[in-house]
Amino acid sequence: MKLKGANILLEALKKEGVDVIFGYPGGQVLPILDALYDEKINFILTRHEQAAAHAADGYARATGKVGVCLATSGPGATNLTTGLATAYMDSIPMVAITGQVKTHLIGNDAFQEADVTGITRPITKYNYLVKDIKDLARIVREAFYVASTGRPGPVLIDIPSDVQMAEAEFIWHEKITMRSYKPTYVGHPGQIKKAAKAISLAKRPIIYAGGGIIISGAHKELRDLAEKIKTPVTWTLMGIGGFPSKHELSLGMLGMHGTAYANHAIMESDLIIAVGARFDDRVTGRLDAFAPHAKIVHIDIDPSSISKNVSVEIPIVGDAKNILSELVGEIKKAPDTSEWLKTVDEWKKKFPMQYKEDGILKPQYVVEQIYEATKGDAIIATEVGQNQMWAAQWYQYSHPRTFLSSGGLGTMGYGFPAAMGAKVGCPDKIVFDIAGDGSIQMNIQELATCVCNKINVKVAILNNGYLGMVRQWQELFYKRRYSQVSITGPDFVKLAESYGAVGISVSKKEDVRPAIEKAIKTDNTVFIDFRVEAEENVYPMVPAGEAINKIIGGLA
Amino acid sequence: MRRTISLLVENKFGVLARIAGLFSARGYNIASLAVSETLDPVVSYMTVVVEAEDEKILEQIKKQLNKLIDVITVTDFTKKEHIDREMVLIKVDYSPKDKGKIENLLNKYVGKIIYSKGDIAIIEAVGDQAQIKELLEELGKFGVKELVRTGRVAVGY
Repeated sequence: MKLKGANILLEALKKEGVDVIFGYPGGQVLPILDALYDEKINFILTRHEQAAAHAADGYARATGKVGVCLATSGPGATNLTTGLATAYMDSIPMVAITGQVKTHLIGNDAFQEADVTGITRPITKYNYLVKDIKDLARIVREAFYVASTGRPGPVLIDIPSDVQMAEAEFIWHEKITMRSYKPTYVGHPGQIKKAAKAISLAKRPIIYAGGGIIISGAHKELRDLAEKIKTPVTWTLMGIGGFPSKHELSLGMLGMHGTAYANHAIMESDLIIAVGARFDDRVTGRLDAFAPHAKIVHIDIDPSSISKNVSVEIPIVGDAKNILSELVGEIKKAPDTSEWLKTVDEWKKKFPMQYKEDGILKPQYVVEQIYEATKGDAIIATEVGQNQMWAAQWYQYSHPRTFLSSGGLGTMGYGFPAAMGAKVGCPDKIVFDIAGDGSIQMNIQELATCVCNKINVKVAILNNGYLGMVRQWQELFYKRRYSQVSITGPDFVKLAESYGAVGISVSKKEDVRPAIEKAIKTDNTVFIDFRVEAEENVYPMVPAGEAINKIIGGLA
Repeated sequence: MRRTISLLVENKFGVLARIAGLFSARGYNIASLAVSETLDPVVSYMTVVVEAEDEKILEQIKKQLNKLIDVITVTDFTKKEHIDREMVLIKVDYSPKDKGKIENLLNKYVGKIIYSKGDIAIIEAVGDQAQIKELLEELGKFGVKELVRTGRVAVGY
């Protein structure tokens, strides 16, 4: 039986297991909207296309499934780009569907026409312009396959409205073959043997875990390896949740705002076992000074991530879960790390994570209280800036997919819509967005989406009246010349109430915990406006471009 | 550092833009680029001559090219026996009395006069980079008015 393009699209989405689409309507997706009228797929109408992309991203990070978003042509599609770039940088599986003007109008500067495949080429893993209805079902199948395999990423499908209206047989290909796309999942046995030998001989090994641990679901294997070779584990922002924070071998995050002990440990190590991490400049600091004594074993599914920034002695291309489990089996003799662990413990005692309590409400305290109140079991999304770093430092994560943050692109406005997507994907979880007063104003309109769709997320605004991270840099590196960083917010309580959500304002320490508990109990979206110390800094800190053991400021 | 890389790619719209974008996003210049269909019409062959500062950058370029979904194979000719050629069309100052001299010169290379009228002639020549360079130096004596090159094509053996 022949189906319209819009119906073929929806049939294909259902075959892929899609039960929710985040999106925004418009003229060039009308056939799809019309077809949706008769479908059970949950369409969540966001208030901005950027938020639709971030929501699909948050849904994907929290569930491990492919997130789907939809926008119309032209401005609708271009509004997705920040969300696509965010997902691309953090390797998030996502399929974005955009409407396009009719095929015969493409290239004619038609109303709401934009070269969307051209615009999104550098920020998607792959993209398609569907010119022939006969290709549509196969393209959807390929898009989901490409988005979710290998190093995942966003894939865009641009569908002209006449293709949505055209008719064809719906032919579904269970198996797809793409001759030029064959991700490597299994590590080279010889390289794994080499790594096992290097590990056995190491005196001061360290594991450096990235987002690849979460993506491949390798947290158990990571723990097995760490415990077998009694080696401390540090992680990147993207690796948060891949190893339990409270584990005795855990060192916390490393890099610019990582723990001092993680940074000292990696600099003094003689063997770095890097797994699913890409040696980002926020982690390595000054490259030529990074880990001068260390040999590097690098496990990554993307060969182009290996030896991109640092020279790697033992590269292993493949899936982290597979490789770690083989590596654990291959190690016959665990290294003697007792001296090394003693040294690391001394650093832990000497440079603990701490902040000064002086009567004024501290953002770190707020984050700690969210952790206590949720017993570490919530999903935490963050915005970008100081709030993001405090959320990374002061909440103790023990499960993968519980920390959602724009790592690679550093997208302000990410957290709230991402939290929304996560809550849709995981309705039984408590979902918090830890936000700054600057960042939350970037996608604050999604309050309406939350309220209308009964998406019950909690937003903890660490309100300091500044674009805090920029202010911190101005304080430290620009002689306190606070240029353009003081920011006024609305009355967040009234604003939340005007949307039909709940607002709470907190300025005293003793009110923090009751407010969080009230928010958790409330069956509605809640904004808690925490009026925190205005000039509190994120410490420890390594200035950009310095070696990562050159730590400044704070108590550490 | 100049390097010749060949790519087998899917013969689809947008593929060239993807590959060109990969270079431009990193600020690398493509010195020459030749693209055409292969025996299999759904596959195209590209020969790219790229300039990059060092070996590490080239390694990264090759890895990134390999990562592109439309790229089937990547061959770096630096470590592979190969033949490369380029075709040029050269417009030179010409007078019939020079015909013998020019033809003698062209005999040394794979070239011929393909058009002449009045005081200009157009020469077609094929050769590797060194040969083309030599030929152009020799023809300089007659006066080169214009020059068009196809860019390098290469095939391994």
